[in-house]
Amino acid sequence: MSLFTKNLVLIIVAVIILIVPFIFVRNAAFEGADGIAEEAILEIDQNYKQWAKPLIELPSGEIESLLFSLQAAIGSGIIFFIIGRITAKSKDNYNTKNVENK
Amino acid sequence: MSAIKVKLVVFLSVVFTILFLLQKPLIAMHIMEGFLQPRWAIAWGVACVPFLVVGFITLKKKVTISSKKLILFALSGAYAFVLSALKMPSVTGSCSHPTGMGLGAILFGPFLMSIIGVIVLLFQAILLAHGGLTTLGANTFSMGIIGPLFSFGIYKLFRKLKINISISVFIAALIGNLMTYVTTSLQLALAYPGEKFTQTFSKFLGIFAVTQVPLATIEGILTVVIFGILKKYSEAEFLDLKVI
Repeated sequence: MSLFTKNLVLIIVAVIILIVPFIFVRNAAFEGADGIAEEAILEIDQNYKQWAKPLIELPSGEIESLLFSLQAAIGSGIIFFIIGRITAKSKDNYNTKNVENK
Repeated sequence: MSAIKVKLVVFLSVVFTILFLLQKPLIAMHIMEGFLQPRWAIAWGVACVPFLVVGFITLKKKVTISSKKLILFALSGAYAFVLSALKMPSVTGSCSHPTGMGLGAILFGPFLMSIIGVIVLLFQAILLAHGGLTTLGANTFSMGIIGPLFSFGIYKLFRKLKINISISVFIAALIGNLMTYVTTSLQLALAYPGEKFTQTFSKFLGIFAVTQVPLATIEGILTVVIFGILKKYSEAEFLDLKVI
């Protein structure tokens, strides 16, 4: 099996794992759980007072989505740029070698 | 795909399917701003320092010395960046994100990865109100040090045992992810022992670690994918970094 095919299969498996919660646990809230952990802490120690707040309070979930997307986009951009470069270089060397041998 | 890999995937699918049937309702990600007492915030920060120092010292020797290695390091950082931004649903009905530290940990080891860990966590703490500055030490220790330590150790161990390289990468990334969250559970249980430490620890484990299993599996798979591509096209650097 070529590397490409193997990777494709692996990605499909990952996607299936990703989708499973939506099939089997339909009514769940699917909330990001920072707040839930806060509740767990307060459950244990009722007197605990949060003593520091985040520097920036994001105005809405939409802005939060923007920043998370931006983080993923920038990271992906770097990853695929690099992969593009290193795969292209290999092809170039291969072609040059073939031409030289002729 | 080899028979062993297929069996592994099936096994893990069964495992987490069973876990979702247990319906543990809570998970979380990093420790939130202000939710670790000052003494712990400082203690975990101090614990990170030796690793960060070693990381900075070896940065010149191992990374910036060659542009190709620098590119791999940048890619490892970008990979961590991406995966930490992807909140994925877990079978327990809430979302968490993987760490993305496994790839870099295998290539560069825990000391250098601690630096990447701090950077990612700083970005998220400042711009996303996710995690925190007061909890930066604790979160760096769990995600930037312990996780990569386990990923690196398991990869090297498995390779020494001549276990298939893809499986080694998969398990290394998966365990690194899980150990990150086990450490977070430990940190919270130490800070809030409640009535009985062990009870609280397993409560937090239930919150964090258990529901990370499907996410850790996804992280393992994605790490195998990208590792395969890099190994094919950066073989020289991999040999040089003693990865293969």
